[in-house]
Amino acid sequence: MDNQSSNAVEAQSEPNVVSAPSTLQRWAQSDIWYSYKRSPIIIVSSITFTLLIFGAVFSALLSPYTPFDPSSLNLMNGFTKPLSTNEFTGDYFLLGTDDQGRDVFSTILFGLRISLFVGVVAVLFAMSLGVVLGLISGYIGGWIDGVIMRIADIQMTFPSIMVAMLLYGIGKGLIPPDLRDEMAIWVLIISIGLSEWVQFARTVRGATMVEREKEYIQAGRLIGLSRWTIMLRHILPNVTGPILVIATISLALAIIAEATLSFLGVGAPKTEPSLGTLINVGRQYILSGEWWILLFPSLTLLALALSVNLFGDWLRDVLNPKLR
Amino acid sequence: MDSQNHASISTLVKKTYQSGALASDFRLACKMFAFIIRRLGQALLVLMAVGFVSFAMFKFMGDPVENMLGQEATAADRAELEERLGLNDPIVVQYVRYFQRALTGDFGVSYRVGLPVGEVILERLPATLELAFLSGVIAISLGFILGVYTAIRRDGYLANFIMTASLIGVSLPTFLIGVFLIWLFAVKLGWLPSFGRGETRSLFGVDLAILTWNGFKSMILPAVTLGLYQMTLIMRLVRAEMLEVLRTDYIRFAKARGLSQRSVNFGHAMKNTLVPVITVTGLQFGSIVAFAIITESVFQWPGVGLLFINAVSFVDIPVMSAYLLLVAVIFVTVNLIVDMLYYAIDPRLSVRSN
Repeated sequence: MDNQSSNAVEAQSEPNVVSAPSTLQRWAQSDIWYSYKRSPIIIVSSITFTLLIFGAVFSALLSPYTPFDPSSLNLMNGFTKPLSTNEFTGDYFLLGTDDQGRDVFSTILFGLRISLFVGVVAVLFAMSLGVVLGLISGYIGGWIDGVIMRIADIQMTFPSIMVAMLLYGIGKGLIPPDLRDEMAIWVLIISIGLSEWVQFARTVRGATMVEREKEYIQAGRLIGLSRWTIMLRHILPNVTGPILVIATISLALAIIAEATLSFLGVGAPKTEPSLGTLINVGRQYILSGEWWILLFPSLTLLALALSVNLFGDWLRDVLNPKLR
Repeated sequence: MDSQNHASISTLVKKTYQSGALASDFRLACKMFAFIIRRLGQALLVLMAVGFVSFAMFKFMGDPVENMLGQEATAADRAELEERLGLNDPIVVQYVRYFQRALTGDFGVSYRVGLPVGEVILERLPATLELAFLSGVIAISLGFILGVYTAIRRDGYLANFIMTASLIGVSLPTFLIGVFLIWLFAVKLGWLPSFGRGETRSLFGVDLAILTWNGFKSMILPAVTLGLYQMTLIMRLVRAEMLEVLRTDYIRFAKARGLSQRSVNFGHAMKNTLVPVITVTGLQFGSIVAFAIITESVFQWPGVGLLFINAVSFVDIPVMSAYLLLVAVIFVTVNLIVDMLYYAIDPRLSVRSN
């Protein structure tokens, strides 16, 4: 998907070429597509990821029950086994139900939606912050660069998951207690985003420092373009490759961080459970034998994390063959 | 890479003979000293910055006056208490005072349990440290053995299987591994306890679970969970280093001399994989302490990590800020020691800086 759009941008930026092949043709001849066709693992993981996104986006349409509408819940449905009909109510559940009679399949779809939402928005936040700070750091340099990079260094000393937990605690302390559940998702997004910006900033800074010395930037400076025009219109498009790779890898990290925090009870609230919250609920029933409440959300999270991870690794290798 | 090393070592030897061993030693010691001072300065800077964040949390987020005074306090009471706590002093003065008190172990009183934070943390610290220690031992020994094995049997089925499994293991979230281990070893097989610390025995006034059989058994699962990620990391590193070393000339010569395969692998090659392993292992100790938060929560292990996560969910600011400072001290100390060890172990570094 991303490859297609980046190619489309390239195609648009060269309107003067007379017999330019169409976007589709260009894409079919690209190295990325060639490599994609030859790696079955990547095909499988990209299909898995697409299916999971589809499930998350259309969770309201796909889920057979409405698990978070208290009026539709029936406690008699509690602990129904997978692939079976409840003996009291006659309702059928594909993946069974949890203690409160919620359909596990439906809760997974809604949980997936929250996990993906938090992950994607957190990465977008981290990316915008990191890219802007990286551009400033790399292009302007001087003491601003020093300050930004020292902050980055100090933050790098700590594992990002710990930083996210700490920021979540601070964020929670800053908002009034009666709003905490409502705002929890946004606090989560901001804390994960703030814990992941460093990688973007460092990479963009490095790339910017290389670009800054090139002639087209000097030419831009000569005709009097402003700093921000040069940074955003001229340098940024030339450093998108590494940003894309880091964004994919960060997405996997952010999804895992979100699941971990929610699992530990310092993330998504019980009223809007993400996959991590669902796994935490399921964990309470492994001793009593209701394995499906734990297993299916865990498998979903696994599929999500693995597919994004593998895709990110592959993308890094294709876009940057030197690193292999 | 390798020929370069030989060249630099030989230049070192030459230089030592030329300038007299004593002068060279003196110069080396001076360099070392300057290096240590510089690293100490950086470490202090990091501590000051983290200390400031921790102080700012303590200062601006918790309202100690609100907590200490009752409902019917008057404005005069409030002003009097603020004066007594020194809250009217300039920020810098308060910051210095915060540091002074932190140095004596005084971090205020926990909002949640109502006890002094320093005391609570100190009581919980042995549990985390022994867990980190055992998981470090597991990670290093297993990681090293598997790393050497996968390098020697590069194309073997078992070695390939281990490599693939480790790749999947790295992308799994820690808590999921913990839950899976509980399911397998505690629920299905019933071999090991699923949570808690078991019995402890006192050694020099410190309660340790590792000293009792029961306590050791409850430590195995959390320690494995905690060490697994570090183990895969060490394994991959040792494998890569080992493969690199096995390609070098001196190994080829050793083989040509007719030394046995075992003596080449373990006597000559393995030694040279040690330096990077020590560095990474040292640096990973810090992240073991941090990841202990997750593991301790999964296994309800009563260490500082569990304390921290409870503090986060109850917004217990004094505990959070003290924990932040504690982790910063551990990280900085470990990094410093590793840097110095690295400098001491690898003679190439001191030569390169000439």
